[in-house]
Amino acid sequence: MTDTTDAPEEAEVVDEARTALLEAITDEWGDAIVDHHLIPGKDLWIRVTSEAFGDTADYLRDRQRFRYFNWLSAVDWMPSPFGRSMDAEVDKLISAKAGEAVEEEEAEEAGTGYAGGDTRFQVIARVNNLTTLLGVTVKADVPDDSLTVGTWTKAFPGSDWHEREMFEMYGISFAGHPGLRNLYLPGDFEGHPMRKDFPLLARIVKPWPGIVDVEPMPPLANSLSPDGETPGGESADAPSTTNPGDSQ
Amino acid sequence: MTAVSDRRQLAYIAAQAADARVNVELEAEGMTLNIGPQHPATHGTLRIVARLDGEQVIEADPIMGYMHRGYEKLTEVRTYPQVTTLINRIDWLGSFANEVPFILAAEQLMDVEAPPRAQHIRTILFELARIANVTLFLGDMGVQLGAVTPVFYAFRDREHVLNQIEAATGGRFHPNFDRIGGLKDDLPAGWIEETKKSLKEIRKFCDQMDDLIVGNEIFQARTRGIGVIPADVGLSYGLSGANIRASGVDWDLRRDNPVGLVYDKVDWKVWTHPDGDSFARYWVRLQEVRESCNIVEQLLDTIPSGPVMAKVPRIIKVPEGEAYIETENPLGVMGYYVVSKGGLNPFRVKIRSASFSNMSISPWLLKGAYVPDVITILASLYFILGDIDR
Repeated sequence: MTDTTDAPEEAEVVDEARTALLEAITDEWGDAIVDHHLIPGKDLWIRVTSEAFGDTADYLRDRQRFRYFNWLSAVDWMPSPFGRSMDAEVDKLISAKAGEAVEEEEAEEAGTGYAGGDTRFQVIARVNNLTTLLGVTVKADVPDDSLTVGTWTKAFPGSDWHEREMFEMYGISFAGHPGLRNLYLPGDFEGHPMRKDFPLLARIVKPWPGIVDVEPMPPLANSLSPDGETPGGESADAPSTTNPGDSQ
Repeated sequence: MTAVSDRRQLAYIAAQAADARVNVELEAEGMTLNIGPQHPATHGTLRIVARLDGEQVIEADPIMGYMHRGYEKLTEVRTYPQVTTLINRIDWLGSFANEVPFILAAEQLMDVEAPPRAQHIRTILFELARIANVTLFLGDMGVQLGAVTPVFYAFRDREHVLNQIEAATGGRFHPNFDRIGGLKDDLPAGWIEETKKSLKEIRKFCDQMDDLIVGNEIFQARTRGIGVIPADVGLSYGLSGANIRASGVDWDLRRDNPVGLVYDKVDWKVWTHPDGDSFARYWVRLQEVRESCNIVEQLLDTIPSGPVMAKVPRIIKVPEGEAYIETENPLGVMGYYVVSKGGLNPFRVKIRSASFSNMSISPWLLKGAYVPDVITILASLYFILGDIDR
């Protein structure tokens, strides 16, 4: 943790490649890039307007040589109206007894993720450049009224199944897709299962039971309580944490 | 044993495409053949509706979803440590490899790094999972062509590796061993020696398959020039793993982007084959199992000392953010796009599984193929249904 000799240098090198890529994309693509997010040495996100989403694929493939289609997916940014579906009273009692911070029921806020977002649904796609070994994650807002964005199948035929999956799971349409129909679900299935307001029926029929076995948990090896989060709870209640090296 | 030349390959593709086009233009009625859902070639329940003209497939339409378990939805109501139990069951033949990218994504979000020893053992188990997985393919490919013996050899010798995985993790198929910040446990005593012994058995098995299958005239006649995937088509369909390397694309995440794993400390080679046919895919996988043995043997000798678990909070809360981590799994590239809102459970997990993308090429690839070749081509693409349906 303390050796910082090599790490920053390495990060900067990778960063340069991604910054250059980002500059090239923003220069050429101009207003279509709404926002971007770059984590040096890790990854790059760009957010394009929903009108430009379909053409982004051609641009990235032909001009930036992102020839490898990785995946296409979507996110529903609406907070789940069903909460976490995994809070049981017994868990809270046990946590409180162990002195651990009890998780309060917090109302989730509608987040927007990296590079922001204005609508409920966002499509995310990822392409790779196998020469420079860089990957880029492209995001676009899906207009709330039409739920339609441009297809990627013209540039990448492999996008076909991914878009069909998003069509059935989120109800997002892709304009220009050759055959938009359900991929996994039966043709007459109603609803879009991956939407946050689609209930996970198994959890509603039979709620999460919580910890059924009420014996105290064994002390965790090599794991200490986080600084500040659970002040003194573990060391006071549980037996001292053992190191596997000592006992063997 | 000369390789199929580029020209022959292209001529073959052109001939197949022309045949299919003529059939479509003539609006040949043909017949519809249902392959599956229960067919041994499908490693699960995949149904392929094939429209035939005589012996040739005009159009193939894979129908999935018979095994869809909704893991992406279920991860949203699980805490991060609980998710590994689910994702173990995606590619059930190489379970440990499924856990690693998810754990790495969570670690990246939490800014935690596993200690060197844990990373090292992770890499070893990752490769053992690959060996266990691909070994079965090497034998199974024989069954699809009518040779039943190799699969028994595969089941027999895979057991050596599964025993080692069980000895280290407690689970033969579903280890659930990877933790955020390291591993559940250290290796048991004597494990390293035993593993070296089991790798010898695997090498012997590879030589046997080389003799029994690769050198077999019938096998070559049934696979060479069959199911040819040109590199650029493979890339646009998101093919990965041995499938894309058999088309001559020199891309392996183990070498090119080894996040959190220690492949850079080992001397090894990425195998490719220029042909892109069913034979090439088999050949590349065979070499990769040998290479995996090579990697594991080197890693076993250089395990660093130290703890196997970093200091992580007892209750794991992942800070807000997004991370995508992909690794080179036995079936190809597997990645997890994890969106966290700072809670105990992920907000959204997109599972990018290898077989899903590998199979998405099948409607293109099966067009113009002959019915007996359909089985060979599907088997050589090597998919696990759990990895398609998730």
